[in-house]
Amino acid sequence: MKLSDLATRLDLKVYTAGTPLERPVLGGYASDLLSDVIGHGRKDDLWVTMQIHPNIVAVAVLKELAGIVLVNGREPAPETLQQAEREGVPVLGTRLGAFELVGRLYGLGVKGS
Amino acid sequence: MELRRIRADLHIHTCLSPCGELSMSPRTVVDRARAAGLDIVAVTDHNTTENAAAVIQAARGTGLAVLPGMEMTTAEEVHILGLFDPGTELGPFQAAVYRNLPDVPSKKKFVKDQVLVDAADYVTGFSPRCLFGATRFSVQEAVDLIHGHGGLAIACHVDRDSFSIVSQLGFIPPGLRLEAVEVSPRLTIAEAREAFGPFDPLPVVRFSDAHQPEEIGRATTDFLVASPNLEEIRMALAGEDGRRIIPS
Repeated sequence: MKLSDLATRLDLKVYTAGTPLERPVLGGYASDLLSDVIGHGRKDDLWVTMQIHPNIVAVAVLKELAGIVLVNGREPAPETLQQAEREGVPVLGTRLGAFELVGRLYGLGVKGS
Repeated sequence: MELRRIRADLHIHTCLSPCGELSMSPRTVVDRARAAGLDIVAVTDHNTTENAAAVIQAARGTGLAVLPGMEMTTAEEVHILGLFDPGTELGPFQAAVYRNLPDVPSKKKFVKDQVLVDAADYVTGFSPRCLFGATRFSVQEAVDLIHGHGGLAIACHVDRDSFSIVSQLGFIPPGLRLEAVEVSPRLTIAEAREAFGPFDPLPVVRFSDAHQPEEIGRATTDFLVASPNLEEIRMALAGEDGRRIIPS
């Protein structure tokens, strides 16, 4: 499923302007430890996290993730947003907690490894 | 000016930390530090500086230098050490940290008693605060707050799997103006560099993170300085005027 379809179906807020939402999401990973995402995230995963630090953009670029969804209504730090737009990393958000969001993503066919 | 070698352990908890042993009283900290051959220590409880003055007072006349400090927990759950000059008025700094801690009372079942003490080891109270909690400060904000009060900011135990800037954020954000990174006693500095890379351009120090008396001085860093104080250590970390870290 494409990121834009997931955003529509789960009513995700898109924070970044001009980042690619048409790319396919092939799986998902949920973690708040960036070292863990560096170790276990896979290309084209959608990453579910609470972390809003600018380093999340670098990790998404490094692992070629499809995008980042911030949970619990967390908003990206201003510098995070700037870097995400510069690097073309979609950053989205939801008021849902990680457990609920991951459950809904799974129901739409986005699965872990 | 004559420079000399001093031995420092700048990451020591007291009985006020939620994980600190009751036996970590001011007199015990001072006695153990002297027995371990230390010239300077820092009192660095989790999110609080309230026991530091008692340790400073307990060390008076002993020749041991004591810096007030704090091991601050950032919003990313990164531990950042703030080290200050004993002359610093830390009230506003402490107030800012307390305002940004979660307003959840500490649960006695899971944490130690968070004991406030005086210089003679008498109990003066118990902190009701959630000292193990994370502040709302980002790593950048924490470093800025420490610098704003004239302190040194050091990323704690960067080799650990939890509460480390590397575990939480994957790598040290470029441009973050830390004075140094600390590795835990479980690794030597050489081993840490091998495992994590050189940490350039940041200098690397190694301290005990003592939570019980026997741990004081189990990891130390030697500095070549004119005297054991904050400004000299700042210069040594920056490699200024001949001051430097002496590799162990």
